[in-house]
Amino acid sequence: MWEQYAAALPANAWNWSAVWRRNYMAWRKAALASLLGNLAEPMSALFGLGFGLGLMIGQVDGISYVAFLAAGMVATSAMISATFETVYGAFARMNAQRTWDAILCTELTLGDVVLGELAWAATKAVLAGTGITIVAAALGYAAWPSIPYALPAIALTGVAFASLAMVVIALAPSYDYFVFYQTLFLTPMMYLCGAIFPVAQLPIALQRVAEALPLAHSIDLIRPAMLDRDASSVGLHVGVLCLYTVVAFVVSALLLRRRLMR
Amino acid sequence: MLGGVEAAPISRQTIAMEPAPVTPADRGAGRVSNVAIDFTAVKKSYGEKVVVDQLSFTVASGKCFGLLGPNGAGKSTIARLILGMSTPEAGKITVLGEKVPARARLARKRIGVVPQADNLDLEFTVRENLLVFGRYFGMTAKDVEKITPSLLEFARLESKADARVTELSGGMKRRLTLARALINDPDILILDEPTTGLDPHARHLIWERLRALLSRGKTILLTTHFMEEAERLCDRLCVLEAGRKIAEGPPHTLIDEQIGCPVIEVYGGDPNELCGLIKPLAQRTEISGETLFCYAPNPEQVLARLRGRTGLRLLQRPPNLEDVFLRLTGREMRD
Repeated sequence: MWEQYAAALPANAWNWSAVWRRNYMAWRKAALASLLGNLAEPMSALFGLGFGLGLMIGQVDGISYVAFLAAGMVATSAMISATFETVYGAFARMNAQRTWDAILCTELTLGDVVLGELAWAATKAVLAGTGITIVAAALGYAAWPSIPYALPAIALTGVAFASLAMVVIALAPSYDYFVFYQTLFLTPMMYLCGAIFPVAQLPIALQRVAEALPLAHSIDLIRPAMLDRDASSVGLHVGVLCLYTVVAFVVSALLLRRRLMR
Repeated sequence: MLGGVEAAPISRQTIAMEPAPVTPADRGAGRVSNVAIDFTAVKKSYGEKVVVDQLSFTVASGKCFGLLGPNGAGKSTIARLILGMSTPEAGKITVLGEKVPARARLARKRIGVVPQADNLDLEFTVRENLLVFGRYFGMTAKDVEKITPSLLEFARLESKADARVTELSGGMKRRLTLARALINDPDILILDEPTTGLDPHARHLIWERLRALLSRGKTILLTTHFMEEAERLCDRLCVLEAGRKIAEGPPHTLIDEQIGCPVIEVYGGDPNELCGLIKPLAQRTEISGETLFCYAPNPEQVLARLRGRTGLRLLQRPPNLEDVFLRLTGREMRD
């Protein structure tokens, strides 16, 4: 009975890397365009909102608005990169390109494929998040020495949102459904979780909602790291993100098994 | 062994990376197990529709076993069941001694697959496709580089090593898929309609390559709806309809058992009238559309009876698998 589900789980600790390397090889062929595409949106938000609104707002939480926003944009761009890589890239490899079909004829299990895709999506999240962190640091809105502390938080954000997106592609019949995920889940989360303004501005009920959302925990880890402040409740934030990751991974693997291995 | 100068030009085709050819009688000899794939009373359905129905068959090591049937007969589902990509509701599947699907991953280590639809990585070159695929079997770049030349030679793609897949013709893509399936030096090759959509030249080249693999002792499981392909390649055939086995045996035995006499095809005229005319001389007659098929041990008598009638085209030929298939499944139903 349980043996049947073995196919949905990774076979070992390293098989996934073959999938990661395949995606890396494909990405390398169009790396520059991909990087520009990933960085352009959060950058324009950072400069547009940061310098535009920043003039009117002045200081937030004792720092300039641009510095406040920078951390929010790093977390958001990690979320968006990981999500888009999964719902567009991985979904295409699963469906139209039949890449997964080919891989599933080899030694790899479905769990290996899913894990490799998650690792790859998280890598893209790290690239995007790090890119913005470096620009922010170069402009003086983030502290250089603390960047290494932000990196693991960005990576964890990437894995968590890639796992959630994996559940979405396991259920979505076609690309059209991804818009709902974006407009009903990701975009509201960006406004609720303190990316653009402090959560404290929200009504108490919405603050409670924000506490349950993964992006809030990402921002609570990334912002103090970038601003060189002491982070509080690190264990809680890491724990929540890990929980989202593990639960979503297992659920997505089982759903994908049902979808692909009928 | 490779590229011996003394080798006659004709043998160059089969010389790449292979030991001395094995005769069909030797195939599978000296192995631990003679059984490569075993299906026992396997059942699979999707909703109400039974796709594989109480199917049992055994594929002997080193042989080419064909699953022959029309679209929708369950051939691709059987291939998926063998790979553990689908779970049967009932029955037992063993592949290379491993229980499937429970231990399918271990069986897949020793299987190569040519799927029905190409799923090569289009953004990669021929060489890169092999590299990426080798990694899925735990091979290093060095391992893959070492065998790439012989795989490319086998697939006749030496000059295309650095071409992108999008630049390849349909036949070249199929040959690359075949080369890719050989990357782990598998014991079993599973080919799901390998020549569908190819032109005759490309198809013959694939057939020739598959025979070369058989002479190297590989086991082949082939699904096809081409009678000619089944007849040319397979040592043994399982004829399927709607997931059920309706006949099994070596192609020529099936033809002898089911038909066993020459066939005359009569085009033109009123088939019903002609049928009445020649029925006493034939073992069996069948009408399909406007063609009359006449199975007659003494075809000369039939031809003599029809001679002199105008507007008829007569074709006498030996029986083939098409006749077997149509006899077993019912010609009229099919058309």
